[in-house]
Amino acid sequence: MSESVITIKSLRKSFGDKEVLSDINLEIKEKEVVCIIGPSGSGKSTLLRCITQLETIDGGDVVVLGKNIKVLKNKDLNSLRTDVGMVFQHFNLFPHLRVRDNITLALRTVKRTSKSECEKIVEDVLESVGLLEKIDSFPSQLSGGQQQRVAIARSLAMKPQIMLFDEATSALDPELVGGVLAVMRQLAQEGMTMVIVTHEMDFARNVADRVVFMDGGLVVEEGVPADIFTNPKQERTKNFLKRVLERD
Amino acid sequence: MQIAASGMEAIKNEFFSFEVFKSMFPEVLLEGARNTIIFTTIAFIGGMIFGLFLALCRTSKLKILRWPSATFIDLIRGLPLLLVIVIIGFATPTLVKDSYLSLPGFGWMNDVWPFGRDGAKYIPGCFALSLVAGAYMAETIRAGIESIPKGQMEAARSLGLSHAQAMRKIILPQAFRVIVGPLTNELALLFKDTSLISVLGVEVGGRELTKFARDFVNREANSTPLIVAGICYLLITIPLLQLVAYFERRSKVGSR
Repeated sequence: MSESVITIKSLRKSFGDKEVLSDINLEIKEKEVVCIIGPSGSGKSTLLRCITQLETIDGGDVVVLGKNIKVLKNKDLNSLRTDVGMVFQHFNLFPHLRVRDNITLALRTVKRTSKSECEKIVEDVLESVGLLEKIDSFPSQLSGGQQQRVAIARSLAMKPQIMLFDEATSALDPELVGGVLAVMRQLAQEGMTMVIVTHEMDFARNVADRVVFMDGGLVVEEGVPADIFTNPKQERTKNFLKRVLERD
Repeated sequence: MQIAASGMEAIKNEFFSFEVFKSMFPEVLLEGARNTIIFTTIAFIGGMIFGLFLALCRTSKLKILRWPSATFIDLIRGLPLLLVIVIIGFATPTLVKDSYLSLPGFGWMNDVWPFGRDGAKYIPGCFALSLVAGAYMAETIRAGIESIPKGQMEAARSLGLSHAQAMRKIILPQAFRVIVGPLTNELALLFKDTSLISVLGVEVGGRELTKFARDFVNREANSTPLIVAGICYLLITIPLLQLVAYFERRSKVGSR
């Protein structure tokens, strides 16, 4: 079995009085594609955000690429974040910068990559998401799906070892979802380690190595997609799947 | 009718005397308008730097930064500008015994344009105006910073940028785009507020428009200079306010 790149042990997180994550244990192995599913408010996004310390954790341990993020200094946290790409529901492209500068900003400021090297990387990553011709556009000139693909390219430019997707297709019009999922599928095939919070059940079923079902701040059930989708053991998983699959 | 007509004549002589009007040039521009512009420019730049500093402290996560800057901003904004100017105008010279030019660090001001000889005369006025402008601009800048969606900071941090780098490269450039209108408005207000410096006993050469005009009124026993000063103010403020309106229209069109 390959090495584990993310280890989460009895993670707890509250917002005020409300406990969002209660005792989460999860391990992600190298090159594994893990989809996290569950009803809204179950803590999926918060879990993802805890992995890169966008949310501070209240208890337990999160070890990413061998580093316990709770004890990391700011500087080390910043450098760890370059190894963990994050894709957001609302893309969060920088609207005042062209696609090119959206992608190279962190390369230049954080990694001090040379100009010619940046140029090469930009073209590579845009090519891989199929948007090379948009290199000089501003984000507002792109469709939602294109924006999300640029956001993915922006993360990939940092050469991350892990990619996190926080409901990457939830804000898109239905006809634009496919293009983004295709890029994600391709990434998975190339062997990227991915943790994906999603509502796209077909995608989870076809692409994931493992599916994690969360509800009420707990991991209720996890396993290979075939087991989870066709033969769930927990009552809560059954109910959830019945509800979402009926909708389709 | 007779009374009204002679009244009109008197007003015309008192406020619109062409002789007095003519005699004011070119000094009203070379001294009055020039100094008003100098005060405005220095106070605006000073206020911007100070305001940015205050706004960054005010939006900080650290209580120890947030709290003093919030108190300071409220304090200054709660005081009449005139009072602040009088206090600082009279306190600064006393503090440095009328000879701040001999203090190390200020001597260079003697030799630099636009200060000319004895540049120290600008210090109290500029200092007071910068302080107040900074407090007002801090709130404008803070509103700009807070108008940028949280996701922008999160995306920048996720890419490995430090908080300071994200502020400088992502948040502030967008924030300033949002507040360019309100900041231009501050500039117009500041331009008018320089007239309050006239209460400080400024010597000849350092007078801004209002003080210059009032001295001229005393000398000529005629109020025309006040009208001339007013026209000078309007020549600058009206275009500035047009600019503010333009920025407002643009931001309405631009936000989709």
